[in-house]
Amino acid sequence: MADVNRGNRPLSPHLTIYRPQLTSMTSILTRITGNALLISSLLVVWWFLAAATSPAYFDYANAVLTSWFGDLVMTLSLWGLWYHTLAGVRHLIWDQGIGLDLETAYKMGYAVIGGSVLLTVLTIVIV
Amino acid sequence: MSYLTDRKRAVGLGSAKTGTEHHWSMTVSSGALLILIPLFVFTFGPMLGASYEEVTAHFNRPFPAVVAGLTIIVTFKHFAGGVQALIEDYVHGLAQKVAIVAMTCVSYAAMAVGLYAIVRLAL
Repeated sequence: MADVNRGNRPLSPHLTIYRPQLTSMTSILTRITGNALLISSLLVVWWFLAAATSPAYFDYANAVLTSWFGDLVMTLSLWGLWYHTLAGVRHLIWDQGIGLDLETAYKMGYAVIGGSVLLTVLTIVIV
Repeated sequence: MSYLTDRKRAVGLGSAKTGTEHHWSMTVSSGALLILIPLFVFTFGPMLGASYEEVTAHFNRPFPAVVAGLTIIVTFKHFAGGVQALIEDYVHGLAQKVAIVAMTCVSYAAMAVGLYAIVRLAL
């Protein structure tokens, strides 16, 4: 290790110098939606626990989840859930070495955004 | 003058040589969730805002209960794996270890509470 070159090495470009692109934005949104879904997941588990405990506790948890703020959180989470699902499918496709070229990546990016909004609206209409 | 070749200098400085199993377990759980999530959304969704009697009767039935139970197990396992990757990217040193242990505990605690509730509703 004595002759390791410690200076004058190329530095990997940092995230901040890049202009936002569809590919990078859809990528980071996958991570954000996936991790943010913890909030609604815990709310749903709490709702189940309340339903298993007593009618009074259920009414309380149900009131929180169906309040205007609860509706907002659950609706955003529903979109996040569909977005993360579709983006996950895109990753499963990429993992097979398919669709890695820029044109296909962009097409799938638009499909993920459009598809997640469409599925969210459809779910709200059906459910 | 360098006595090591470029290749020799790079050997051993690559990846941690682990992670394949982590990636594969995320692939498996995401495949399972592709089936479970639509089933859960459409068996749980109509119950959100329903009365106590409707909810307990609904999850007393085998299909909604089994779907909810499976979704809770696989979701929190998938989350534990995902949040670990997130922490490993942005948090380092002791804080990284503490955060991974804490979030793993949160994941499995939520899974256990959810399963307990489903079992009580179903039986």
